[in-house]
Amino acid sequence: MDITLPILILAIPFAMFLILGIGGVKMPRKLAGSIGILANGALLACCYTVAFTYFFSGDPLFIIDGVRQQYQVFDVTWLAFTDRLVVNIGFLLDPICAMMLVVISTISFMVHLYSWGYMEHEPGFQRYYAFLALFTFSMLGLVVATNIFQMYIFWELVGVSSFLLIGFFYKLPSAVSASKKAFIVTRFADLFMLIGILVLSYYVAQTPADGPLGGASAFNFLMLNSHPTNVLASTLGATFMGGSVLTWAMILIFVGGMGKSAMLPLHIWLPDAMEGPTPVSALIHAATMVVAGVYLVARFFPMYCIVPDSLTFITVVGAITAFYAAVVACAQIDIKRVLAFSTISQIAFMMVSLGCAYDQPIEGVHYSGLGYMAGMFHLFTHAMFKALLFLGAGALIHAVHSNDYTKMGGLRKYMPITHWTFLIGCLAIAGIPPFSGFFSKDEMLTAMYNRDIIWGVWMTIVAGLTAFYMFRIYYLIFWWEENPEYKHDGHKPHDAPWQMSLPLIILAAVSCVAGFIPFGEFVTFNGEPYHIHLEGWVAGTSITVAVLAIALATVMYAKKNPLPSKMRQAMPGLWMAAHKRFYWDEIYMFVTHKIIFGGICRAIAWFDRHIIDGTMDALAAVTNFCSVKIKSFQSGNVQAYVAWYLLGALLLGAITWICLL
Amino acid sequence: MDSVANIILYFVVALCIVIFSVLTVTSRRILRAATYLLFVLIGVSVFYFQLGYQFLGAVQIAVYAGGIMVLFVFAILLTHRPDQKTGLLEQHRRTVGISLSVLSCVLLLLALFFMPLIGGESLSASIAAGNDITMHDIGKAFTGTDRFQYLLPFEAVSILLLSCIIGGVVVARKR
Amino acid sequence: MDLEMLWYLVPSVIMFCAGVFGFITRKNTIALLLSLELMLNAADLNFVVFNRYLFPGSMEGMVFTLFAIAIAAAETAIAIAIIINIYRAVGNSDITSAQKMKF
Repeated sequence: MDITLPILILAIPFAMFLILGIGGVKMPRKLAGSIGILANGALLACCYTVAFTYFFSGDPLFIIDGVRQQYQVFDVTWLAFTDRLVVNIGFLLDPICAMMLVVISTISFMVHLYSWGYMEHEPGFQRYYAFLALFTFSMLGLVVATNIFQMYIFWELVGVSSFLLIGFFYKLPSAVSASKKAFIVTRFADLFMLIGILVLSYYVAQTPADGPLGGASAFNFLMLNSHPTNVLASTLGATFMGGSVLTWAMILIFVGGMGKSAMLPLHIWLPDAMEGPTPVSALIHAATMVVAGVYLVARFFPMYCIVPDSLTFITVVGAITAFYAAVVACAQIDIKRVLAFSTISQIAFMMVSLGCAYDQPIEGVHYSGLGYMAGMFHLFTHAMFKALLFLGAGALIHAVHSNDYTKMGGLRKYMPITHWTFLIGCLAIAGIPPFSGFFSKDEMLTAMYNRDIIWGVWMTIVAGLTAFYMFRIYYLIFWWEENPEYKHDGHKPHDAPWQMSLPLIILAAVSCVAGFIPFGEFVTFNGEPYHIHLEGWVAGTSITVAVLAIALATVMYAKKNPLPSKMRQAMPGLWMAAHKRFYWDEIYMFVTHKIIFGGICRAIAWFDRHIIDGTMDALAAVTNFCSVKIKSFQSGNVQAYVAWYLLGALLLGAITWICLL
Repeated sequence: MDSVANIILYFVVALCIVIFSVLTVTSRRILRAATYLLFVLIGVSVFYFQLGYQFLGAVQIAVYAGGIMVLFVFAILLTHRPDQKTGLLEQHRRTVGISLSVLSCVLLLLALFFMPLIGGESLSASIAAGNDITMHDIGKAFTGTDRFQYLLPFEAVSILLLSCIIGGVVVARKR
Repeated sequence: MDLEMLWYLVPSVIMFCAGVFGFITRKNTIALLLSLELMLNAADLNFVVFNRYLFPGSMEGMVFTLFAIAIAAAETAIAIAIIINIYRAVGNSDITSAQKMKF
C-alpha cells in the first residue's frame, strides 16, 4: 500500500498545529479558521480513503479468505536503546484502527466546523484551532500505533492537548483548576500504565529473529496479539501476589485506560473537564479521547484473553462505573455535567461489553466474541450521538448563556433545529429503534446475557436509567415551563448559525442510520465477519425498559409539576449524595489534603526546610563568616601584601632549612 | 691570593654599600635618598668591575646611574619641594617593617654562614684562568639563536622598552 | 687572604633587607621605588657573584643581570609615569592616597 496517505494523515494535523500555533497570532481569525477547517477536510478525505481502501478494496494485504488482516503500512525504528529495547514508529491498519480513523476525522471535522460559529467571538481563536489540530494529530497517532511505546507517547500527547483545551479559558480559575485536575488524574493513572509496560518489557522475551515476525520489537501489537507463547512464557510463569505477572501487567495497563476513560475511582476529572469549550467536550470528552481506554482494551484484547482474570476485572469496574455514573447523571443541574456522566456510563458500558467477550468458543454461547464487536459498534455510534448531544448542548449554551437547565425550559419553540437533533440524540442513547444506539446497545446486552445473566440484568437497569436521565434533561430543557425571561425581546433564544446547525443535522442523520451498518462485517476480534442478528427477547426487554423509563420521565418532567420536588424531599439523602456525585471529590480532597498534604508532606517539608535547607544554610553561613574574616587581606595596601609575602617566604625558607638539617 | 689593594677596595666599597643602602631607606629627604642610592649603585658597579665584568659595570653606571637616577631626580623635582620631608606611616607598620627586615636579614645571614656553600675557586685565579668575558662573547651571545644565545629575549626586551616608552607617554600625558 | 664568595653576598643581603625595610615602611611612592631598586641590585649582584664563583666558564648570570637592568629601566619609567599621574590626581605621591585596589 502506498504510504502517502497514511503519512498525510499524521502530517496534516501536525502541520496545522505548527502553522496555527506559530503563525496563528499574526493571522486574521477567518484565515486561521478556514485553514483549520480546510485542512481538516483534507484529513477527512485521507482518512475515509484509507478506511475505504482497507475495508472494501479486497486487497490480499487486508483480507485473505474473508478474514481481515492486520497490516503495518510502515514501521521504522525510531530509538534503539539496546538490542531488546527498541522503540518503533509506524502505522498499523486493522479493523478497529480504520474504524477509529473514520470516527476521529468525522467528529474532528464537525467540531472544527461547529467551532467556527461557537468560538467566533472568543479571544485566542487561532490558538484554539492549533490545539484542536494537536489533539487530532495525537489521537490519530494513538490509534495507528504499532507498538506500546508509540501508543504511550501519543497517549500522553492526547493528555496534554486535553489539558490545554480544558484550560483554554485560562482566565477562569475554575477552568485552570479543572485542566490541572484532568492532567494530574490522567497522568497519575498513566503512571500505572507505564509500570505495566515496564513490567511487560522486563518479562517479554525478544521475538526469535527467524520467526514469522522476524525479530520485531517486543512491544509490537502484531507480535503480542499473535499469542507467541514462547515469548510470553516467562510472564505467565512468574507470579506476584497470586496472579501471573502478565495479569498484573495487563491490569496496570488497563489502569491507564481507566484514567483516560474516567472509570470509577479515576473518573473525577471528566465532569470538571466540562469547563472547556463545549465543542472540545464533544470532541475529546465524549467521542474520541475518553474512548481511548476502550480502544486500549480492544487493542490488547488477545492479550487480555490470555489472562481472563483481567477481563473480569474490567467487567466489574465497568459495571460499577456504569451504574454509578447513571445514578449521578439523574441528579445533576448542569446539562454538560449530565452529558459527562452519561459519557462515563456509556464508556463503562463498552468496557463491560469488552469484558464479556472472549476469543475462544464458550460452551453454550453462540458467538463468544460478540462483546468485542458490540463494544466497538457502540463506540462508533456513541461517538456520533454523544458528539451530537454535546454540540446541541453547546448550541443551547450559546443561546441561553448558561449551563443550568433551570435557566432553560420550553425552548422547543425557539430552537427547532436544536430541539429535533437533540431529541434524535436522546432517542439514540436511550436505545429506541431505529436509531443507532438501539442496535449497538442491543448487541452489547446480548453479549452480557450470554456471559452471565447478572451482567445482563445489571446493565439493562443501567440502560433504563440512561433513558430516564436523558429524557429528564431533554424535558427540562425543551418542555417543563418556559423561562419568563424569554418574553423579553433581548433575551429571545434562537437557533445557532449554520456553521453550528450543519454539524448537528449531519450527526443527527448519521445517528439515524448508523445502526443499519452491518458492523460485524467490518470489525470483529479476529477479522472474520459476523452477521448481526437481533436477539428478540433481549431487544424486547431493552425497548420495554427504555420506553418505561421515558414514560416515567415524561410523567415527571414534561410539564411543570411538583412531583420531582416531592420525590426529592422524600429521599433527601439520596438526592444530595447523587447530586454531590457520592462525595468522590470530597473523598479525594480529604485524602490528598488531610492525609497526604497534611500528614506525610508536612513531615517531608519539615525535613526539607530544617535538615536539608539547614545544612545548606549552615554551609553558606560558614563560608560567609570565613570570607568576612579574611577579606581584609585583600586590603589594597601593597606594603601589607609585601609584608605577608615576605613572611610566607621566610617561613617556607625556614621550614626547608629545618628539613635539610 | 688576591692583592691587598683589591681587598682594601672591597672593604671600602662594601662599607659604602651597607651604609648608603641603610641611609637610602631611612632618610626622610627624598632627594638625598636618591643620591645615597646613586652611591650604592656605583658601589655595586665597582663590585662588577672587581669581579671581572667590565661591560656589566659599564652598563650599571650608564643605565642606572646615568639613566634611571636622572629619571628619579626628575620625578622627585616634579613632585616635591626641595626641602620637603616625606611623611611617615603609622608606628605599628614601621615596627612591622623593622622587625620583618631584621628577621629576614638575620635568617639570611644565618643561612649564609651555616649552609655549606659549594666552594668556588679564588677570584683572581678564576679571572686569570682566561675565563674573562670579552665584548666579542657578549655580542655573539645576544645575536644568535643557539644554546646559550639570546636573540629572542634580546628582541623581546627591545619591544618591551618600546612599549614602555609609548606606555610612559600615554600614562603621563596631560588629558 | 682571598676574596671569597661569602664576602660579596653579605653586603648583598644587607642591601636586600634595607630594600625590604624601605618598601614596607616608607610612605612616599618614589621612596618605595628606590627601595625596589635596592632589592633588585642585591639580586643582580647575587647573579653575578654566583656566576663568577660557581660557573666561571659560562656567562648566564651576567646575561640575566643585563636583562634585569633593562627591565628595571622600563619598569622605573612606567612607575614614574604612574606616580606623576597620581600626583596630578591627588596632589601628593603618597602610597596611602592610592589604595583603591581592594575589596
